[in-house]
This record gives sequence, structure tokens and C-alpha cells, in this order.
Amino acid sequence: MPEASQIDYNGLIPNNVGLAEDLRVRKALETWHPGYIDWWKSMGPEGFQNSPVYLRTAVGVGSEGWAKFGFVRMPEYRWGILLAPQVEGRTIPFGAHKGEPAWQEVPGEYRAMLRRLLVIQGDTEPASVEQQRHLGATAPSLYDMRNLFQVNVEEGRHLWAMVYLLQKYFGRDGREEAGELLRRRSGDQDSPRMLGAFNEQTPDWLSFFMFTFFTDRDGKMQLAALAQSGFDPLSRTCRFMLTEEAHHMFVGETGVARVIQRTAEAMKAAGIDDPYDIERVRALGVIDLPTIQKKANLHFSLTLDLFGNEISTNAANAFNAGLKGRYREDKLTDDHQLTSSVYPVLRLRDGTIVNEDVPALSALNMRLRDDYVEDAATGVGRWNRVLERAGMAFRMILPHVAFNRRIGEFSAIHTDTDGNILSSEAWHARRESMLPSTDDNLFIASLMRTSRQPGSYAGWIAPPRQGIDNMPGDFEYVRISD
Amino acid sequence: MIDFQTDPTRYRHWKLSFDGPIATLTMDVDPAGGLMDGYELKLNSYDLGVDIELADAVQRLRFEHPEVKTVVLKSGKENVFCAGANIRMLGKASHGHKVNFCKFTNETRLSIEDASENSGQTYLAAISGSAAGGGYELAVTADHIMLIDDRRSSVSLPELPLLAVLPGTGGLTRLTDKRRVRRDLADVFCTTEEGVRGKRAVQWRLVDEVVPPSAWEAKVNERALELAARSDRDGTKGIALIQVQRTISDDAINYAHVRVALDRAARVATITILGPSDLPADLRGIHDTGAAFWPLAMARELDDALLHLRSNEPSIGLIVFRSVGDPAQVLGADSLLEQYQTDWLVREIRLLLKRVLKRVDMTARSLITLIDPGSCFAGTLAELVFAADRAVMFAGSAAGDNRGPATLHLSALNFSAFPMGNGLSRLANRFYGEPDSLNTAAALIGETLDAEAAEEHGLITFAYDETDWDDEVRLILEERASFSPDALTGLEANLRFVGPETMETRIFGRLTAWQNWIFQRPNAVGETGSLKRYGSGVRPDFDPERV
Repeated sequence: MPEASQIDYNGLIPNNVGLAEDLRVRKALETWHPGYIDWWKSMGPEGFQNSPVYLRTAVGVGSEGWAKFGFVRMPEYRWGILLAPQVEGRTIPFGAHKGEPAWQEVPGEYRAMLRRLLVIQGDTEPASVEQQRHLGATAPSLYDMRNLFQVNVEEGRHLWAMVYLLQKYFGRDGREEAGELLRRRSGDQDSPRMLGAFNEQTPDWLSFFMFTFFTDRDGKMQLAALAQSGFDPLSRTCRFMLTEEAHHMFVGETGVARVIQRTAEAMKAAGIDDPYDIERVRALGVIDLPTIQKKANLHFSLTLDLFGNEISTNAANAFNAGLKGRYREDKLTDDHQLTSSVYPVLRLRDGTIVNEDVPALSALNMRLRDDYVEDAATGVGRWNRVLERAGMAFRMILPHVAFNRRIGEFSAIHTDTDGNILSSEAWHARRESMLPSTDDNLFIASLMRTSRQPGSYAGWIAPPRQGIDNMPGDFEYVRISD
Repeated sequence: MIDFQTDPTRYRHWKLSFDGPIATLTMDVDPAGGLMDGYELKLNSYDLGVDIELADAVQRLRFEHPEVKTVVLKSGKENVFCAGANIRMLGKASHGHKVNFCKFTNETRLSIEDASENSGQTYLAAISGSAAGGGYELAVTADHIMLIDDRRSSVSLPELPLLAVLPGTGGLTRLTDKRRVRRDLADVFCTTEEGVRGKRAVQWRLVDEVVPPSAWEAKVNERALELAARSDRDGTKGIALIQVQRTISDDAINYAHVRVALDRAARVATITILGPSDLPADLRGIHDTGAAFWPLAMARELDDALLHLRSNEPSIGLIVFRSVGDPAQVLGADSLLEQYQTDWLVREIRLLLKRVLKRVDMTARSLITLIDPGSCFAGTLAELVFAADRAVMFAGSAAGDNRGPATLHLSALNFSAFPMGNGLSRLANRFYGEPDSLNTAAALIGETLDAEAAEEHGLITFAYDETDWDDEVRLILEERASFSPDALTGLEANLRFVGPETMETRIFGRLTAWQNWIFQRPNAVGETGSLKRYGSGVRPDFDPERV
């Protein structure tokens, strides 16, 4: 095995997994590679495939080597296979096999369960690239355009990471699944992506920021749970992916914050105090705060559906098998087996929402979701500090977890954003005050005009506080004319 | 008490809709609608209550909707067709309940196949979402299986890898015998928890075709119409299956034509069939009489009584069949059924009688038929003589009884209308080793047979005269009640079905025997077994010893 912190860039596929010596996997990946490039060209970012973009590429998995910046045309990006360094003597951290040496090969009895986890995770990676492929045309700045493409190429690399595991450890089935990952298409009626939120449209930039803030954060939680896995190659893969995922959170959080900041500034300049004076705010060419809240409500509720059912046998099995842990399992101080503990879960009982203690193993989806909500709330707090600094009384909130759900027990009811149960009539009457209406979406769409002068920004979004890689404000992140 | 009667106004789990020759039977299980407490029927999983509604719907489609030639089975839920029997229900249920549940669901699935095969009412399964375990087993009862190819929907039999049990409603047998799936591929299929989807499902013959979502509804409709075009079903106006009336008291259940008397101390239920008294004259009369026509009414009542006894009276070990009435009237009913057998309704009545008599064969109780003076075991009712483990007949008359001696009568229906699960008539099954006796019996159609003749021709087990009758009958019942109920169930199930195996006998015999064994073993039901551990996330501990 080569030195794990350095990457072999000599072959077609940059890697730190000794691909040059692993003929079987190299052959599989090289067979898969042309299909991937075809997919990228036909389903990746539209219109900018030949433009050099100032992108970050990993050249090492150590703390310093993973972020090297330079201009690259996206189809020539060095998508590689990078695993965090192996930890000597690592043991399975939780579940029935706790304390046994971590698996370096797939245990036969868990093969199907593991493969399913990988395929579901893998399917989300290309899906978001597909969802975002038209956004380049309406980028509010070259800075934002570059961030979009950075997110896209890294989602592409995450796909690579999952495909490597499938091809390395799952034989023919794994190769077939790897092929299927390139054949499904977000939003396609005949061949959709596996999870609902990944078949929704990302029609505008506010949606993109909300998606990266809310939905990529689900990805972060899932990766964090898989990073604990007793299957060591999966753990190492996910640990490295998490370093990249952090940038996606950054894009989403700062993106929304800049939209909020711009709106607050414009309202102040125009002397508007009432955030609900929507027509006057919109006349300023910025997005009114209630509409930003409605977008957040939508993306938050769609993302909660990704956590699955309140009580889940699959999650219990995956934990007990040692395949998927809890968020920051290594920081938790219980018995890491959960066979006799309980966890409180919000449930629907006889038409009311109640808190109920259920066996902790069955409640793992909800535990991860609670961690997610807490993590998201921290980001929302930072948005509110922008409002606070601007002297606005308006505050962004996270809606109740029962709001607007399609999966799980709350899909049977309607609630408002505080979790009060609504009749069907009340829901329809109030829906557009809580979720974006067609008018709201049309208004946002009307603002989506691109701004491509280096250093210039569309009027509905504030410039960032600093540039990527500490570049100056007028840096040309995407050389469109080349 | 588990009640097997329902009607569409009371359904909680199924929806029926009609469009000309096509009916759609949509499974949309209410999670909160379980028959018992302690489990939720998630993901279109089912319990006995869901299946009771299904059986009712299948029956009503046959009698109430002669215009329906294709029944489309589909799911009302997104992403799941049917997840099979509810596992938490199975984990909590008593062994007896599990066996009764599996038996009833098997009978219901066979009734679906009976409709496709014999009634010109063909089932089409339109699978969108996953059809897992009992969900796939439900789908394979259909003649044509369509699977939506959305790269997610799949078919699977995950019982073994997921639950350490077997598919309990004929899944294994139908894979090899009906779908003709190669046995090694069937092995792969049955050990792959996530199942098979898309083109491979067609290549392995697990489904008949896969259809992309954009073409799905149109294609399902097109296939349904094609199947309808093949049908010989020609009725236009159905008959209403009005609710079977009964009164239940502590020691009796009384219907219009069937009386059940319970002697719990002796563990005996006596089922007395009352023969017909007022038959219609012709086909028109049969249709006008509808559900009150004696063969149909009696069959539905007997069916309900059997189901009631199976589920609600587990300690009753013996069923004694008796009858009261005029044999000539029963033969009159038989000749109506024979004369008008090409009519759709008469065909349905014959098929229902066939299924109810199969239910008798499949009932795990000792069956003793007593033929005494005043009885009417003729034609169709004589099937209860041949279905019984023993039939005894009163010879001669009792002193002071002016009813005349007991008689037995055969009709053409005994030879053709009511095949058992093994494909043989009960007489052919009885005379499996004596073909000459079968031929002789055929020559006795229409004859009045007294006890001596019946015994001579092997149509009864023993004949007893007044001197012996009371004592011999008492001894048979008392001796029977003293034997091990388990051993008797096994003995009777072996001896009732002779000769050839069919898919149906394999489903009941081979599969349920194995399944019922597995259901008793610690690997499934022990404290650390698969059914107890299911859903807890904790793996079952298996005893590695192979038996």
C-alpha cells in the first residue's frame, strides 16, 4: 500500500488506494470512467464545460494537502479516490460487534445491507449535480458560479468514492449498481433518483443555497454516521468526504446570509421597517424576508423526509450490525449498543403529537434527525445575527418537524409551522403563507439575471466578506471567454 | 371472536372500482386497522383482517359482477405494493393463530387462481413499489404480472434472510411450479433480501413484463382489456351476496340451513345440514332466488361455520356431520346445477361448493359423518360422507321410528364437479386403489342405497344396526377425542389426500408442514429467535445444528 497521505497522480485516476497494483478494480473503474465522463458532459453543469474554473483539488488527504487551487476545465477535473489514512488497530465502535477489529473486507452476512447503504448514499451525489445543472446561466456573480461548480465537482467525486467501494468490495452486483448510478436521472419519470428530495427541482439560486444549507446537511449527517462504520474502507472514505462537505454547508449558509443581508440593507436604505410590506420590498429588487422564510420551510421539511420513518427496523439493523453509527458516535459516552435504552420520539398518537419513549435502536433515524435539527438551528442563528446587526426585528426560524411532511407518521396530518394541527380547509387556506406560492417563485425567477463582471454581484445578494482562497474582490473565478 | 363476514361498506383496507369489464382491487391498508392490538399494518402489510376483506372482495367480484372479466390488483400506496404478512403480528401471535392465518390466506390465494382459471375472471397484478414476501406471493396468484420499471420497484421473497422463516402462502411452490423459475435462480432469489427488479425479473420469469412509468397506466389498461377479451364470462346482472344470517349462542350457531351444536366437554361440534325444501323450477328461477338458492346459501353458511370453528373454537377436535331432509330434494338441486352448468351463475355456485368442500378437506379436525334415518346425504351432500375420515351409517330402522331406513345417493356431481386439491374427485380419491369400485359407483348414480349396499360398495366405513349404533358412535367419538390432537392433524392430512401431487397439495402439504415446523423452532420463536428479535435491530442467535 502506498503512503496514504499522498496521492498517485500518475494513472488515469488519482488515488491513494494503490489502484496501480489492483488490476481488477482498476479495470472496473476504467470501464466505468468513460460512462462517467459522458454523464458529466450531458448531465453536469450546462454551458461552462470548456471554461477554466478556479477549483480546489485534493492532492493529499492530510490536513494540508487536500485543498490545492488552480484553473481547470471541469471535464478535466482530477476526480480521484481518496480515503482518510487508516488508523492502526481500529475496532468496531458500536453494535453487536463492538470491540472486534474493524472489517477490512465486507462481512458476508452484511453484504446486502452494506451495498444498499452505499447505493442510497451514492445515488444522492450525482442527483444534486443534475438538479443544479442549469444554474450556471443565472449565477449572481463569478464567485457564486465558481462555488456552484466546486460543489458540483465534489459531488462528482463523492460519487466516485461510492463507486470505488462498490467495485472493490461487491463483485458483479457492485459493478451493476455502479452502472445504475449513472443511468438514473433526477426528476425523470421513468428512471428517477431514489430519494424524493433529489427529484425536486432546484430552479433558482435561493433554492440552491437552501438546498446546500438544508439538504447537503442531511448528507453531512449521513456521512458522519457512516464515517463511524465498522467497515473500515467506508469509514475512511466518508471521513475524507466530510472535509469536502463542509464547503457545501459554507456555500449554503453564507449564500442565504448574503441574501438576507442584502434585503436588510435595501429595506433600511428605503426606510421600510415592516418586513411584511412585501410589495414595497420587492420593488427594491430584493427578496422579502417572509419569502426567504417560506423557502426555508420548504427545504427543511423536504429534507426531514430523507431521515425516513420515526421507527425504523433498517436503521436498527444497520446500527446493531456495526455498519452505520450515530452522529459523532465516538464522542458519545453510553454503551454504544443501545439494546436496553430508550429515546424520546415525537409521534402521532390518536391525532395528537406526543413525545414517546421508544427503544433506542428503533429510534436511530430520529436521533440523527434531532442532531440534524440542532446543527441546522446553529446556522439559522447565524442568519439571525445578520438581521440583528442590520437592526431588523424579523427572525428566521425552523418550522416544526411535523410541518409539510410526506414520509413518516406526520404525513397523515397537516400542521402550521408551529406544529399546530390544521384541518384540510385551514391548511389550504394558509398554505401559501407558509410555503412559496407560484407568485413567490415567479418573483424570485424574475430576479435571476446573471452578473458576470469580475467583482460585480446581482442586486438581490450581498458580496461575500472575503474571496475564495483569499483572492481579491475582482478576481475572475470563471474565465468564461476562454 | 374473529368474524369472517364483511362487505365493501365495511372495508378498511381495500377499494373496489369498476370500469366496464375491468375491476380494480386496490390494496390500501389502514395501519391502525389491525385485527388485534400491538402492531401497526405499515407499508401495506396484512393480517387476517386484511385477508378476510380480500377473500370477500374476490367472492363478490365473482357473484356480483359477471360483467367483470379482468381484475387489476394494485397498491394504493406510493413506493410499496405490499410488504406481506405483518411481522410483528406474527411475532405476537400464537402458533395456532399463525397456522390458521396461513391456511386462510392460502385458501384465498387459491380462490383467486380459481377465478382466473375457471370463472373467466382473470387477475392481473400491477406492481408499483416493492412486492415483498407475502406481497409477491399475492402478486403471483395473478395470471399476468406487470412490474413498473422505475429502477426502484422490485419483487422479493426475503423471508429466509430477513426473518429465518419461509414464504408461507405458496411462494416457493408457485416459483417453481407456476412461474417455472429455474431452481438455482429461485435459490438466489429467495436468499436475496432486496429481491430483483427490472429486466432481470423478466429474465428469471418472476414477472411477465416490466413497463416504464411513463407508459404504465396505459399499458396496464391495455393488458387488462386483452385479458378481458379472452374471457367466456357472459353474464350481465349479478346477484347480491346478502349477509349470511346467523345467531351465535354459548353452545350453538344457527344459520338458515346449517346448525352447529357444540359439546365442549366432549370436544365435539355437530354440524347438521338441513336439506332444501323449495327449489326454483328453472334457470330464471335460480337467478331470481339469488343468494337464497339452497346450494349457494348452504355453501356460504357451511363455509362461515368452518371458519368460525377453526379460529374461535380451537379445543373442538371433532366435527360430526349430520343432515336432515329429503334426499330427492337435494338431488333436485343437483340436477339444476348439472342441467344449467354452462350458465355463469350456476358455474359460480358449483365452483363455490368445490371450494367449500376443499375447506372441509383442509380443516384440521377429525371429521366423522353419521348417516342416520331422516338424513339426506345425496349428491353434493354425499361429498361430506366422502370427505370424512370415517362415515358410519345406520342399518335398518329403529324401533318406533317410521321415517324409514337411512339412505345414501350419488349424483353426477360426485364424479366431476368437486375435485379435491389433488385434482381427483372424492370418490376417485377414495377408490384410488380400486378403479373397479369407482366404475361400479358410477353405475349407482340415481340409485337409493341402503346401509348394506353402501357398505358393500365401499361408500361408507361401517354400517351399524340399532343394537350397536349408539355404543359404536360413542366409542368412535370418545376414542378420537383421547388421541393427540397434533398426531391426528398429521395423520388426517396424510390420509385424506392420496396419489398425485398438484401445486395446491404441495402448497398445503409440503410448504405449510415445513413452515409450521419452522414456526415452532427456537430459531424463529425462541427468546433470541428471528421473529422475537425482528425490528429490535438485534440479530437473532441461531442454533447452528442442522436437523
